[in-house]
Amino acid sequence: MASINFPLENAGFRTSEHSLAQILYRWIATTDHKKLGLMYIICMLLFFVVSGLMAVAIRIQLAVPNNHFVSPETFNQLFTMHGTTMVFLVGMPMVAGLGNYLVPLMIGARDMAFPRLNAFGFWAFLFGGVLLYSSYFFGAVPDVGWFGYAPLTSKIFNPGPSTDFWVLGVLVAGFGTIASAINVVATTVSMRCPGMTLRRMPMFVWVMLVDALLILVIFPPLAAAQIMLMLDRLTNSNFFNPAAGGNVLLWQHIFWIFGHPEVYVLIFPIFAIMSEVVPVFSRKPIFGKPAMVAAIAVIFFIGVGVWAHHMFTVGLSALSNTFFATATMLVGIPTGIKIFNWAATMYGGKIRYATPMLFACGFLLQFLVAGLTGIMLATAPFDWQLHHTYFVVGHFHFTLIGGLVFGLFAGIYYWFPKATGKMCSEFIGRLHFWIFLVGFNVTFIPMHFAGFLGMPRRVYTYLPGHGLETWNLISTWGVAIQIVGILLFVVNIIWGLWKGEKAGDDPWDAWTLEWAASSPPPEYNFEKIPVVRSGRPLWDLKHPTDPDWKFE
Amino acid sequence: MAQDWHLPDRGSVGILMLILTESVLFAMFVVAYIVYSGQSITGPSPKDVLNLPILATICLLSSSLTIVLAENALQKGNLANFKLWWLATIALGLEFLTATAAEWRHLILDENLTITTNLFGTTYYSLVGLHATHVLVGMIFLLIVMLASFLGRNIQRQERRVKFLSWYWHFVDAVWVVVFTVVYVIGR
Repeated sequence: MASINFPLENAGFRTSEHSLAQILYRWIATTDHKKLGLMYIICMLLFFVVSGLMAVAIRIQLAVPNNHFVSPETFNQLFTMHGTTMVFLVGMPMVAGLGNYLVPLMIGARDMAFPRLNAFGFWAFLFGGVLLYSSYFFGAVPDVGWFGYAPLTSKIFNPGPSTDFWVLGVLVAGFGTIASAINVVATTVSMRCPGMTLRRMPMFVWVMLVDALLILVIFPPLAAAQIMLMLDRLTNSNFFNPAAGGNVLLWQHIFWIFGHPEVYVLIFPIFAIMSEVVPVFSRKPIFGKPAMVAAIAVIFFIGVGVWAHHMFTVGLSALSNTFFATATMLVGIPTGIKIFNWAATMYGGKIRYATPMLFACGFLLQFLVAGLTGIMLATAPFDWQLHHTYFVVGHFHFTLIGGLVFGLFAGIYYWFPKATGKMCSEFIGRLHFWIFLVGFNVTFIPMHFAGFLGMPRRVYTYLPGHGLETWNLISTWGVAIQIVGILLFVVNIIWGLWKGEKAGDDPWDAWTLEWAASSPPPEYNFEKIPVVRSGRPLWDLKHPTDPDWKFE
Repeated sequence: MAQDWHLPDRGSVGILMLILTESVLFAMFVVAYIVYSGQSITGPSPKDVLNLPILATICLLSSSLTIVLAENALQKGNLANFKLWWLATIALGLEFLTATAAEWRHLILDENLTITTNLFGTTYYSLVGLHATHVLVGMIFLLIVMLASFLGRNIQRQERRVKFLSWYWHFVDAVWVVVFTVVYVIGR
């Protein structure tokens, strides 16, 4: 790995900080991709805690039949805000935060393509979040569910301003998301360091590129749906007004054209994390990288054509049902390729079970289960039976917690040393993993059975004597175990920042460019712009006698 | 190797991505228009109240030509011609917006068609309004460039940005071709 000089003074970088006010100002006014990335991640964690507490309240309410911990009205608000927050204020800043912090570092760039647009994206997201939560101060908390089906959202059924808070908050946060996605595409296309061809680009960056393109295709439908709803509510237009001939299914179609690919948008960054963590801790290059890139592209293309599997019960034609069921099952093939390739990367490797790798393994197993229940639900007649039951809740929490959150913890433990220069405790990390693993499964496996027994989602209580009591009680106890796991994570982060040992530039002996920068990286990332000759530039640097580029 | 390392201009990529994402937004409103066309329970219906906006369409489409001429003049360093064609572009855009405003005025006051009236009103005003909003935003940027050049700023240094603005303007034109076809030709 050679490098070329780039005069720092020309780039306008300053290096010293003074008073607290100045430091605060520099964070608020920053356009640095790493500061913005960390701000995204910090906001994400805060919203995660808030939204998690809502889930705790939901579980307490459902612990026993005929409970009165919260009122039915509050219950509606809780599951609405929990879902909306998790998708738009936890999932989306995770996408943007990881992309912001890591993409420029991994491609050897000094910043994103449009740093000011980047700052706009963050503040738009945060403003959207604050707008949504300001509904609490006006006593008008959204309560229509996170997918806000028409006509429940119409003025007739929902007269107060609560749905308007929901529409505007989500819409504004979405503008920020689109801004940051444009930035990621432009950065990966135009800012790669010399020698970083598309073939040599790390798998992480590949996946984030596809993710950003997917955002650009699916967020406009969300915006369109929200604009239509806003017009309906504010100007009495008729998009979703059956009395004027409007079709409420239009909302479902447009919303799910966004809503289904959205779950791919959320899980792709985890695929990206897996594709870095698994090879490094297996001491092998990733297995079948071209197939991995092809698989992610195929998921993109099939993923935008499966939305109506959320609508099997609304009475579409048999042909539509067949089409969407088949398309949905097809997604299992590229996803299977990915899981197979991660497993094949581990096969025969010299595996180190450090905390990031433990979480990566947890992801692999649990995401596999989520995928299998997904195939079950893709079968239209099966879905007719279990639609809107706790089976569905169990399924998507397996994807979003068993998959997403486990993968996210792998990523946070993996890059924490890079972002802070400190190591987390391996001991607390392991404890966190095992306790969270147990808590997660105890909470969400019983939901599948409660669903089989017919327990519906979004109903504030249930009657005794239908066999639901045990499953629900177990679920609620599982939450208590999960809380211990999350607390251990918080303790570990604080411990790492406070007492963690120095990480050095490259604590995991990894191969991608971010580990060539110091920990934490300076504002300009690389003193000299790196020049790469293979897909594993740091391997070349560490093994000059046996470099990768000889074999490419 | 570092010397012959060339990647696409980040601005080009950025504006193309903006156009991609905007296209999907328009597509949704076009789909809504098509799905709801002929579904209105009450009148008025498109064939009773809409007239082909021929002049406005000619104006908007030819503004794509004048903005290219302005760009070429800027490239050659001919500032006088640049200003001339730029002003022509703004004038043509203004004529289009005026025509839309007049059409809306006619529909609201004479035909009693508002966004509330029926499904046609709802989808018509939102689709045409979304497009007109984009023309308006384009106009604001065109005016900024005009102001800058008349105030004597070095507009030649901004050639890239002028190019991106013209791409956006072409996009808005292309969308009009779709809106025109769907609303005024097929929809009638």
